[in-house]
Amino acid sequence: MSTQAEPAGAPPPAEAERTGRHRAPLSAGARQERRLGWLLCAPAVIVMLAVTAYPIGYAVYLSLQRYDLRFPAQAEFVGLSNYGAVLTSEFWWDAFWVTLFITVVSVAIELVLGMGLALVMHRTIFWRGTVRTSVLVPYGIVTVVAAFSWQYAWTPDLGYLAELLPSGDAPLTEMWSALWLIILAEVWKTTPFMALLLLAGLALVPEETLKAAMVDGATPWQRFTKVMVPLMKPAILVALLFRTLDAFRIFDNIYVLTGGAQNTGSVSILGYDNLFTALNLGIGSAISVLIFICVGIIAFTFVKLFGAAAPGAEVK
Amino acid sequence: MRRLRAFAVLPLLASMLAACGGDEGGGRPTLNWYNFPDDSGALQKAADRCSQASGGRYRIAYNKLPRAADGQRQQLVRRLAAEDDSLDILGLDVTWAAEFAEARWIREWTGVARQRAVEGTLRVPLETSTWKRRLYAVPYNTNTQLLWYRQDLVPTPPKTWAEMLAMSATLAQQDKPHYVEIQGAQYEGLTVWFNTLINSAGGSILNRTATAPSLGPPAVRAAGIMRELAHSPAADPSLSNQMEDQNRLAMESGTAAFELNYPFVYPSMKANNPELFKSFRWAPYPRVDANRPSRPTIGGIDLAVSAYSRHPGLAFEAALCLRNRENQLTAAIEGGLPPTLRALYDEPELIKQYPFAKEVLAALESASVRPLTPAYQNISIAISHTLSPPSGIQPVSAVNTIRDQIDDALRSEGVIP
Repeated sequence: MSTQAEPAGAPPPAEAERTGRHRAPLSAGARQERRLGWLLCAPAVIVMLAVTAYPIGYAVYLSLQRYDLRFPAQAEFVGLSNYGAVLTSEFWWDAFWVTLFITVVSVAIELVLGMGLALVMHRTIFWRGTVRTSVLVPYGIVTVVAAFSWQYAWTPDLGYLAELLPSGDAPLTEMWSALWLIILAEVWKTTPFMALLLLAGLALVPEETLKAAMVDGATPWQRFTKVMVPLMKPAILVALLFRTLDAFRIFDNIYVLTGGAQNTGSVSILGYDNLFTALNLGIGSAISVLIFICVGIIAFTFVKLFGAAAPGAEVK
Repeated sequence: MRRLRAFAVLPLLASMLAACGGDEGGGRPTLNWYNFPDDSGALQKAADRCSQASGGRYRIAYNKLPRAADGQRQQLVRRLAAEDDSLDILGLDVTWAAEFAEARWIREWTGVARQRAVEGTLRVPLETSTWKRRLYAVPYNTNTQLLWYRQDLVPTPPKTWAEMLAMSATLAQQDKPHYVEIQGAQYEGLTVWFNTLINSAGGSILNRTATAPSLGPPAVRAAGIMRELAHSPAADPSLSNQMEDQNRLAMESGTAAFELNYPFVYPSMKANNPELFKSFRWAPYPRVDANRPSRPTIGGIDLAVSAYSRHPGLAFEAALCLRNRENQLTAAIEGGLPPTLRALYDEPELIKQYPFAKEVLAALESASVRPLTPAYQNISIAISHTLSPPSGIQPVSAVNTIRDQIDDALRSEGVIP
């Protein structure tokens, strides 16, 4: 979210600087134009505020209340005590570590597989379109639909994948096997997205540089690690950032595959359950805000520490 | 947001138009009845009969809620929280009345309607629809568990848990089917098991006023029995994943000697394993203490009138019609739902279908209810989460954990997993 906010916020000062340098006092026409510019983007700004800023603000407000639909008479301001309740709850930390585990493992696997797929797509000479399209098929399938297919496939007596296991094995009813199956479903589904972003990065690697490396006697592995990866770094970081943010908010796959049973719930599942099953808007909103903060930290870490550039800002 | 709202309004408009169309048709309002999905046709039949009997004053539309109880509750709650006025009569699980009443989503039953609702109705089901001494729903159907056993293996049914586990151990030594089939998965069924045991041991989960946990030694006792079963030969290897239906299947496949389950297992056994059916018998739910009757937990559905209904008067009347003698009898015979009217248990037609009617009635009269509190969902999850898997229960610490989580839940500070 914060990555999207940046490019939106960045242009105006840059614009002002540039115009300021060229001609100090703005002409009436330019001022008119600027006003028109603002008017033209105003609807978008208003919509953005309405659909993002307002709900976020409202969630923060709710998270500071005892606001439980079941005890409407006892609604009151409780300060940070909802956060205290969540952060001292073992359920939050269980869900947090599960989410972190799924995020790290699935994104790592996706990076490796995605890179492989990107190289294949980049290098294919024949049927390039067919290869690219077929790689993208999983990404085109609705997650919930795919998750249901996985669920049936792994259910004993129903699924073809469960058939391959020793009889009586119900992998979705046991924590670790279920977690790996969730990761599998997640990897299957989003590796194409990773591959696509990496493919864009591969296109940035100039052919001449690779040829020069080849002439210098670099092995294919050296060409990959010493030439391609460094040149692709911005694309890799952006791909990692996007996928990490997405993976941390994982909901649909888990909701369908296990419903969060056997300690396989992510933080989003925890938030959902507290909002929609417990009807506790205060606690549920506190969880949502904490997820938002986690996502913010992830984005900040990537942008500041690893220098990932938001798309469109690469020119800097 | 605006645009989204416009989209959200479309189906609403459509349903309003449809409702208007219906109104114009016969000049009578449509009452929307939301209830669990029934495949037997008994509920639709009741809706049709009552529409007919109203003499053109209303028409009842039976709308099916999702199959799973959680899904039913979520749909109702979401719509009521948004003050949806297209819901009139709501089929609530017996554990929801307190929550819906406290949230002011359902109307209190008063005056004549209340009188007609209470008349001839079993006491314990009425308890489930009462919150803070006011009546908020009318019991539609009820349900409770019996002990089902195989007479070829067990000549006389056990009276207590200790006896049952001992019999199972003996059968195991003889290499005969010996499992006790019970709901051990991490879900509502596990809470029901615990509630039955704690009440049978003379205790309860909450205090009388539902303001604090009660628990105490009976709770430790209950948790101890669950643990004991899980560590005895009586435990089905898949105990920790079993729900009612897996229990039924295990019994029908011949691996078990005992089963604690609802009466739906009876017609099912008859259809699926006629051979075993010959020795399939029932008995009262086993006791915890030999000198104290068992108190099995009741289930079932209560009918409530939505606070946002546009026709509350008609809705009360229609709800009473839907659960009248005739419709309850149909629901019992065609849908297998035990009635809440006392007199029906003497009805020959019902006894023919339910040879165990007497035992069910006896169980209902001494039955226990699950904690009546708006925070029931949290409490149930705290219990089923803490006591799962049954083999891992440490009775004293488990009960302490449950107490802490109930305390939190009652203060809206509980996080549910």
